[in-house]
Amino acid sequence: MLNQASKTGKDDGAPETRAHHSTAEEPATRRFLRRERLFLARPLNLASRLVLLLGVAFLIGSFFFPLWQIRLVAPQYRDGLELKVYSYELRAGNNGQHLDEINLLNHYIGMKPIQQADFVEMTWIPFAVGLFVLLTLRATVFGRMGNLVDLFMLFSYFGLFSMANFYYRLYTYGHDLDPKAAMTIEPFVPVIIGKNQIANFTQYSYPMTGSYLFLGFVLVLLFAAWLSRKEKTLVE
Amino acid sequence: MKLRIIKTTVPAILGSFLLLGAAGCNKHDPSGAQDRKSAAEQAYVAPGEMDEYYLFYSGGHSGQIYVSGLPSMRHIVTIPVFAPFPGKGYGFDDTTRAMLGAYTWGDVHHPALSKKDGMYDGRWLFVNDNANNRLARVSLRDFKTKQILGPIPNTSGNHGSSFVTESSEYVLVGTRFSIPLPKGRYAHPSEYKEEYTGMLTGIKVHPETGEMTVAWQILTPPFNWDLASTGKGPSRDWAFFTSYNTEMAHTMMEVNSSQLDRDLAAFVNWRAAERAVAENKFELLDGVPVIDPSKAPGVLYYLPIGKSPHGIDTDPSGRWIVGSGKLQPSTTVVDFEKVLVAVEKKDFEGENRGVPILRYTSVVEGEVPVGLGPLHTQYDGRGNAYTSLYIESVVAKWKLPPWTAEEKANLEKVVLDKIDVHYNIGHLVIGGSDTREPYGDWLVAMNKLSAGRHIPTGPGLPETSQLIDIRGDKMRMISEAFTDKEPHFAQIIRADKLSTIEVYPKAENKHPEAVWSMTDAKATRQGDQVKVNMIAVRSRFVPDIVEAQVGDTITFHITNVEQTRGMSHGIGVNELNMNVVVDPGETKTFTMKLTEPGIFPFYCTVFCSALHQEMQGYLAVKPASKTAAVEKESVEPSL
Repeated sequence: MLNQASKTGKDDGAPETRAHHSTAEEPATRRFLRRERLFLARPLNLASRLVLLLGVAFLIGSFFFPLWQIRLVAPQYRDGLELKVYSYELRAGNNGQHLDEINLLNHYIGMKPIQQADFVEMTWIPFAVGLFVLLTLRATVFGRMGNLVDLFMLFSYFGLFSMANFYYRLYTYGHDLDPKAAMTIEPFVPVIIGKNQIANFTQYSYPMTGSYLFLGFVLVLLFAAWLSRKEKTLVE
Repeated sequence: MKLRIIKTTVPAILGSFLLLGAAGCNKHDPSGAQDRKSAAEQAYVAPGEMDEYYLFYSGGHSGQIYVSGLPSMRHIVTIPVFAPFPGKGYGFDDTTRAMLGAYTWGDVHHPALSKKDGMYDGRWLFVNDNANNRLARVSLRDFKTKQILGPIPNTSGNHGSSFVTESSEYVLVGTRFSIPLPKGRYAHPSEYKEEYTGMLTGIKVHPETGEMTVAWQILTPPFNWDLASTGKGPSRDWAFFTSYNTEMAHTMMEVNSSQLDRDLAAFVNWRAAERAVAENKFELLDGVPVIDPSKAPGVLYYLPIGKSPHGIDTDPSGRWIVGSGKLQPSTTVVDFEKVLVAVEKKDFEGENRGVPILRYTSVVEGEVPVGLGPLHTQYDGRGNAYTSLYIESVVAKWKLPPWTAEEKANLEKVVLDKIDVHYNIGHLVIGGSDTREPYGDWLVAMNKLSAGRHIPTGPGLPETSQLIDIRGDKMRMISEAFTDKEPHFAQIIRADKLSTIEVYPKAENKHPEAVWSMTDAKATRQGDQVKVNMIAVRSRFVPDIVEAQVGDTITFHITNVEQTRGMSHGIGVNELNMNVVVDPGETKTFTMKLTEPGIFPFYCTVFCSALHQEMQGYLAVKPASKTAAVEKESVEPSL
């Protein structure tokens, strides 16, 4: 007991925990809050900060790669029609001709033409990514565990919102069909990840390098936190 | 005389047949079945796979070019050139209609690929029209006829063309039929020798655009110029033409033009012809600078070649010129290096109307006894020549010089192999034979008689083409295909040499009346001129109702706004004899004078989509307005 008690107040993780368990005078909630405060104030070491800079590189790098790819393959389109989604634009195969072709085919089922102008998220997503770059640089300079928690939460929200938005887009395209169209088909949702059959077309939809960079950014945040898990919080 | 030739050659031919029979047997497989199977496998192109080569056939009097794949020998497409071809809407729109002019046919004999430094560059294919004295250029970028030149002045029967010089500087033309010049002048055929004129022509090819223009002509006696080839290497500035009527006969030609043992072939220095024009040594005739070779030394030399020769073919090195005398059982090999020496030393055996005749014995390397009825020679690039024997129905393989003393003493020894073809072979072709580096793997024999080789087709028979493997020591028959009338010569080029587009890129469309947006598509009237800027796209025409009235001239500018491979649209107008095909990204213009009122449905003729059948519209033609109708009535009774 004595031996353990003598360790109380030390910042060494595990023994400290055991010590608190045995400290009867401090209520559990206060103990939790104190530990949380200590954790959020924990400084980030040099390794964590360097890793965060890598995260910045991932975010900037995401502008150079597509986030998603949709490919449509049919017997008469053996090489496929290809649509690549960047954070700021749609890029279709064969210098954009594949998008014209997709729209041309979609007019038979009464789908609205897919056009860049309708994708309002392609203006705010790049802005958001820029914001995350600044916030990550801020975290690198301020160097507190709390910054990482902020970033993790905000970025996860950003990612999930974008995915939901993407799903909503696809849902709308597949459901908002002109009833006067030549061909009547059941409303559908194009698949987001994986393979799907729509009439004579097989649709393949998969995340691309840009998305992996975003995922990499999240892992960078977790890794940076892990690297500084044993840092001592300075108590004033 | 002729009988004697046949008598002396029959034993030799029989001998060669026996030789061939022996060659056909495979040591390990006496039945030859295994051999045939492996041969078939080599020429088999499985579904989804592609041929290695294009084979461009002249279509003879169909006026077109047939394109097949090699080694499959499958017909892939037809390129319309000199005759309307509804399948491609050729000859209906304003541009192709103007190109064809008043002619509805042509007679394509000799296609020639454009070259750069003696090698195919895959840009253009030139073809001649033996009937109406024209020359056409087809672009291999889109497989379409771009220019038809002619009728060429001072030329009648453009047979000896199209032969392209080493870097496509010129396409050369020989006039097969001599006529009194200028065209339109009357002189009875009995005045043939004095009043009729032969002509050899240089057609300049623009190095960038390919645009052809008549550059100069060389005046000759009325010899009936037949075939030609161009030089390369040491002979790069030269071209060679055979003739078959040095007798200058004008009637009963088959007899009267076959009297001499040798006919004069023309050796033309086209660089010297260029210089003669630059030095003003010409007279204008029908707008063309015509060179009198007796007044411009160095432009033209003659060489006697036996007998009534047909093909004259330069080998890949440019040194050996082989003239095939169809009425003698041998083919004549000329050493061009000796020709240059003879020209230098003025080693002539006479002259004809002021033009020197090269001394035969000084320049001829030998007469190779290939067999009966030699017509044309092709080369494999390994020192072998292949000569078609019309009468014998055989391809003979023989060795080019240099020959050993022993071989020279008995040239039968250089004849290496013979293979039967079915039947009566005309031209034969080896890919790249007229370049510095022939492909040397396949030979296509183009035979004039198919009798009994196919399921019956009534009395009118197709032509046969036979694929022969020439990679080994012995030629091997691989497969046989049939074509419509009537391939003469053909050209083979590696498919990867071509840069062919699959759609016309929108950015390249410079048609002033092209429209790309449905909101721009419209019909407008100015007086009695109706202009329709129309869009064709799966699966509609915009506009699809076009109004006009009797007496109008209506012009459609129809743009296919598709950019997808294979998405061509056609527009056929019922009962108005109009059918135009518009490829993806293309704009075509066609014009019609409306003379009858009524509703004229139009529809897409090229199956384009699931709703192709619905791709249609109406040309609604009202009766003429009252004033116009009165005018019409007042005119009609007098008709």
